[in-house]
Amino acid sequence: MKETPLSNCERRFLLRAIEERKRLDGRQSYDYRNVRISFGADYGCCIVELGRTRVLGQVSCELVSPKLNRATEGILFFNLELSPMAAPAFEPGRQPELLVKLNRLLERCLRNSKCIDTESLCVVAGVKVWQIRVDLHLLNHDGNIIDAASIAAIVALCHFRRPDVSVQGEEVTLYTPEERDPVPLSIHHMPICVSFAFFQQGTYLLVDPSEREERVMDGLLVIAMNKHREICTIQSSGGIMLLKDQVLRCSKITGVKVAEITELIQKALENDRKVRKEGGKFGFAESIPNQKISAFKMERAPVDTNDVEEQAEEIIMKADPPSDFVAKPILRMPGTAQIGEGLENSWGDFEESEREEEEEGNSDDATTSGGQKMETEEINIVSKTKKDDDTIILSDSEEEEVVILEPEETHKKTRTHTTTKQENSSKKAFNKKRKKKRATH
Amino acid sequence: MTHTPPVVCAFCARGPCCARALGSGKLAGLREGLTMAAAETGALPVEERVGQVVLPGDVLLLPSHPEADGERLWLGPGAALPGRLVCGPGLRSCGAGLLVTKCGLLRHRQPGGAGGGSGGAYWVDSQQKRYVPVKGDHVIGIVTLKAGDIFKVDVGGSEQASLSYLAFEGATKRNRPNVQVGDLIYGQFVVANKDMEPEMVCIDSSGRANGMGVIGHEGLLFKVSLGLIRKLLAPNCEIIQELGQLYPFEIVFGMNGRIWVKAKTIQQTLIVANILEACEHMTAEQRTQAFAKLSER
Repeated sequence: MKETPLSNCERRFLLRAIEERKRLDGRQSYDYRNVRISFGADYGCCIVELGRTRVLGQVSCELVSPKLNRATEGILFFNLELSPMAAPAFEPGRQPELLVKLNRLLERCLRNSKCIDTESLCVVAGVKVWQIRVDLHLLNHDGNIIDAASIAAIVALCHFRRPDVSVQGEEVTLYTPEERDPVPLSIHHMPICVSFAFFQQGTYLLVDPSEREERVMDGLLVIAMNKHREICTIQSSGGIMLLKDQVLRCSKITGVKVAEITELIQKALENDRKVRKEGGKFGFAESIPNQKISAFKMERAPVDTNDVEEQAEEIIMKADPPSDFVAKPILRMPGTAQIGEGLENSWGDFEESEREEEEEGNSDDATTSGGQKMETEEINIVSKTKKDDDTIILSDSEEEEVVILEPEETHKKTRTHTTTKQENSSKKAFNKKRKKKRATH
Repeated sequence: MTHTPPVVCAFCARGPCCARALGSGKLAGLREGLTMAAAETGALPVEERVGQVVLPGDVLLLPSHPEADGERLWLGPGAALPGRLVCGPGLRSCGAGLLVTKCGLLRHRQPGGAGGGSGGAYWVDSQQKRYVPVKGDHVIGIVTLKAGDIFKVDVGGSEQASLSYLAFEGATKRNRPNVQVGDLIYGQFVVANKDMEPEMVCIDSSGRANGMGVIGHEGLLFKVSLGLIRKLLAPNCEIIQELGQLYPFEIVFGMNGRIWVKAKTIQQTLIVANILEACEHMTAEQRTQAFAKLSER
C-alpha cells in the first residue's frame, strides 16, 4: 500500500509547534518516550516498546564451521525485518532502502564495536564455532526504529543462554539444557543507539523523534554509545550541515540517555532472572498487559466437549461421501493442459446470474455458465447444459486439436457438496464449450 | 430433499469461496453439518442478543412472521421501509436468520414512524481502524495528485478516491477551485463499492457546499479508530460538550478515522487532540477528572 501522504496542514503545524518547543505528545525536546522491556519464555526472546514502536528480538545459536580467514572466532549475524504489520507502507516483497540503512547501522553498532567476545564462541578451532543469530522484527512503527532495534538486540543477547560445551582432548561434548544449565554469552559492553532529529537547518533538535516528526525532519543524527561513554558508531543522514558544538552537545546528551537506558535494561534483566529462579511465572503472557476496549464482560460459558468427537463422527457419516472426482487434465493443445477451472467469478449477484443462466441456455459465451454456480441445487442447470450440445456456435477459437473427455455422470441425488458439484458443473460447461468448438471445425 | 443454508465463508463473506478451498469431502461435509447443527441447536433469537457481544459464526434467528411482499431482508445502508428488516454491517443473511461476520456488540434500531414489531435495523458495532469507503460517508481526504480534471484524494482506503474539480460549490470550467496537492478536503462519497475506485464530491444534492470543501490551512490532523468517531458523532455526545466548555475550537470529523482540530493556540490544539485520542480508553469518571484538571489551569 502507499504510505499516507503528509498534508500541508500537518507539516505546517508540526514545524510551528517545534518552533515553540512543543511536541505532539507533550514531551520536552530531550525526553525519551517510555521504554518497556518484556521477556518471553525462551531465553533470548524479548519485546521492546519505545512508546508505540515495538520490536521483537530473538537470538538463536548453531554450531557451524568457521570462516576460513577467522578460524578461531564465532560468527555473528544480525537481521532486522520490517514486517508489513508495522506500517501499511512496508510491503513483504519490496523492502525499502530504509531497511538496508537500518541493517547496516545495526551491524556497525553491534559487530564492529566488538561488544560480544567472538573468541569465546569458538569450540574447536577451525572446525566448529558457534554462530549467533539475532533476528529483529518490527511489529509497530511509530518512529525511531533504530533505537528500539538496538535496545532489543542487546537485551536479547544479554538474556540469551547457549548450550554448554566441554572439550576434552579430541572429544567434544554438547550438553542439552537438561543435563547442564545453558551459559550466557560473554558481553563486554552494551552499545545503545540514540537518535536526534534536526529541523530548520539544524536550529531545533529533538531526541527520539516520533513518526510524524520523522516525516518533517531535515536530517537525522544517530550516535551509538555505551555506558562507559565510548562512542561505538556515529552516523548523520539527510545532508544537513552540523556544527562541531552541535555534535558535541548531542554526544553529551547521548551519554546521559544511555546511562539511563542501561540502568533500565539491567533492572529488567535482574527482575527476569529473579522470577525464573524463584519459579514464578515468566514470559509474554505475564508481562504484556491486556488492552481492553469494550466495557462489557461475558461470563465464561463452559462448553461441554465430551461428546464432540461422537457428534462429529455422526455428522460425517450422515453426510454423503464425496464423489471420486479425479481432476483430469484437459488437453488444450499439444504442450498445454489445464486442470480445473479456477476460482469462480465474483462479479455481480450470484442469484441474478443464476436466473439469467436458466433463461438463456443457449448463450454464446460459455464461460459464464461455468463460473457462477454457487447454489447447491444445481440439478436443473446441469440437465439444461446437456441439451445444448447441438447448437453450432461460430467462434474465433483457433484450437485445432480438441480432446473430448467423457462427461462424468454427476450424481443426481441431492448432495450438499458445493465444491465437487461446482467442479462438475464447470467441467460440464467446459465439455459443452469443447463440443461447440468441435462443431465449428 | 433437505434444504441446507448456503455455506457462507465467514472470512470474506462472499459465498463459499473458502469452503471450496477446504477441499476434500470430509472437512467440508463436517462444516456444513455443523452449520446445520448450529442453526438448530446453538442459535438464539436475535432480540435476546441485542446489546451483547457476538462472535463471527454466531447465528441469530429472526422472528418468523410472513411478510406480504415476500422479500424480508434488505441488505443495504439507509433507512428501512416499514416492514423491512435492514441487515447492517457485520451481518449476513443465511437461511432462517442472520450470520455474524464481525465480532462486536449487536445493536438494534427501531424504524421511525410506522414502527411496531417488524422492520428496523440490526448491525454489529465493531472496533476497526482501517476504513472501507461507504457511499454517503463524509470523510477527510488528503489531495495527492492533480490530474487534468480530477484530483486524486487519499481517504485511507485501499484505493484513492477521485474528486472532480467541478464538484465544488460555485465551480465552473473557468472558475476552478483553489486546491493544491497536500490540502485537506472534507467531502462525501457518491460512488463507493468494492469493485471500483471511490468517487467523492464536495457539494450535496442541491449544489450547496454545506460545510464541505477545502479545510483551512491551520490546525492539526490526527487519526483515531472508527469506533471512536462514531461515538463522538452520536447525538448529544458528552465529550464534545465538555470539551466545548474548556476552550473554543473548530473540529471536523471524518468517518475514515481522521479528525481536524483548530484552537486559538498551539498548546490548546494539542490538548484537544490528546484528549480525543485518550478518550477511547478512558471511562467516564477518568474523563471528568481529566477535564477538571485542565479547567483549573
